[in-house]
Amino acid sequence: MAKVPVQFTLNGSEKAEFIDSGTTLLHALRDKIGDTSPKGGCHQGTCGACSVIIDGELRLSCLTLAETCNGAVITTTSGLSEGGVLHPLQHAFLDTFATQCGFCTPGMIMAAKVLLDHKPNPSRDEVVEALSGNICRCTGYEPIIQAVLHAARANSQNAA
Amino acid sequence: MAIRLGRGVAAINYPTGMNLGGDPTQALVHSTPTGNFMVTLSSVDLGQGMKQIMAQICAETIGVPTDRVVVDTADTDTGPHCMGTFASRGTHRAGNAVIQAAKEARQVMLEVAAEELEVNASDLETDGQGNILVKGAPQKSISIFDVALSAHFKRGRSISGRGMFLIPRSYPEKETGAMKPSTCYAHACTVAEVEVDDETGEVTVLTVKNIFEIGRALNPKMVEQQLVGGSWMGISHALYETTEPYYPNRDHGGTDFNQYLMPGPGDLAETEIIVLERPSADGPYGAKGPGEMCANPQIPAVANAVFDAVGVRIDTLPITPERILRALKAQAAN
Ligand code: FES
Ligand code: FES
Repeated sequence: MAKVPVQFTLNGSEKAEFIDSGTTLLHALRDKIGDTSPKGGCHQGTCGACSVIIDGELRLSCLTLAETCNGAVITTTSGLSEGGVLHPLQHAFLDTFATQCGFCTPGMIMAAKVLLDHKPNPSRDEVVEALSGNICRCTGYEPIIQAVLHAARANSQNAA
Repeated sequence: MAIRLGRGVAAINYPTGMNLGGDPTQALVHSTPTGNFMVTLSSVDLGQGMKQIMAQICAETIGVPTDRVVVDTADTDTGPHCMGTFASRGTHRAGNAVIQAAKEARQVMLEVAAEELEVNASDLETDGQGNILVKGAPQKSISIFDVALSAHFKRGRSISGRGMFLIPRSYPEKETGAMKPSTCYAHACTVAEVEVDDETGEVTVLTVKNIFEIGRALNPKMVEQQLVGGSWMGISHALYETTEPYYPNRDHGGTDFNQYLMPGPGDLAETEIIVLERPSADGPYGAKGPGEMCANPQIPAVANAVFDAVGVRIDTLPITPERILRALKAQAAN
């Protein structure tokens, strides 16, 4: 199959790859570029583990063709920490024990980040709504909801 | 046609580990040249916190801070044998094996320190901060870092230990059939409150109050994390999850996450967790197994609550609207 070029910004650095036409962004990120933070849970849009942020929007990388991302700005969970300092959401997940096996965690963090970027002080219902496309086998969700509310509170304290 | 309230209670007695052909786990502990300690295991951490707990157990036994211990569970082909991480057995079985291995390593460590300090090993104690002191004369001391260097480069000793924990196979007595399937039991009790819509058969769990007796909680936050997740999973088993809704017929089984149902973040019952600590006699520092058992009592509690609400006994899981409606119909026909 003919290869197609694709070029985008991933976590602040330029990436360019030749990929098979039809390759998902999930596959391109994990197996071509080596960013394994998005997880492949179902590969059909039903678990949220592969969530990434494309041009500020939450997207499922398993349902996104890599070749449609030319020129896009993509953020994944592995790009959130800066100089070894964890992002407030990552901290909040640690502090509230919101991770067990961790398979859902990067997707949850992506969903939470998009929520907090648009709405720094969400209500509990808004957090639940934002996480409702992501499934978790281990935690029972409550610690994850708490993590997002914690991170929002930490943000607003820093802003004040 | 109405929404009916019901309340159900259930209590369970849950064995830690299993007993088929005997239930063993082994562990190895050794020091690095700089006095850090490695625990080698085949027991797997699948998110329940096995590595953290084994590091705590090893550190406590040897007398070093937890961050001086690294747990390696890399390869079940090459590591010391473990039956596996299931049946709530990891902390109990592997923990006991780690204690035994760490004790042996500690003994060698104290012997090397004794040679360095020219005292008897039995006169030494650890301060938990990485030092070995002479009892009653703490000004006479040596760091574990220096002891490990000495062992490796001067005295030719291996600061290491072997650990093994085996619950032997228990055979039933011929006369009575009595046997001892386990040595250690955790306990739990759950009260669930539900709403049942007797027109649609839909069940909403309003509150779940759980009390768990789990021996000593070696890491209370991680225990709580297990119990909160487990309580949710119990509800999920009670009301939602199945791969074979018409078992043994495979038809209509869910084939993806759209069809295989679980409660999402918007379907959570108000959940309460209380932990009772009753240290077990044969557990590592008194621990029992909280892992699997914590997802069990919710199931009979919800079944009882449904009975309390609408008077039908559902004895097949999950308790789906279809099963409730069929039972209500049968009840009305009688
Ligand atoms: S892997 Fe993309 S939604 Fe599950
Ligand atoms: S932490 Fe295991 S799936 Fe969420």
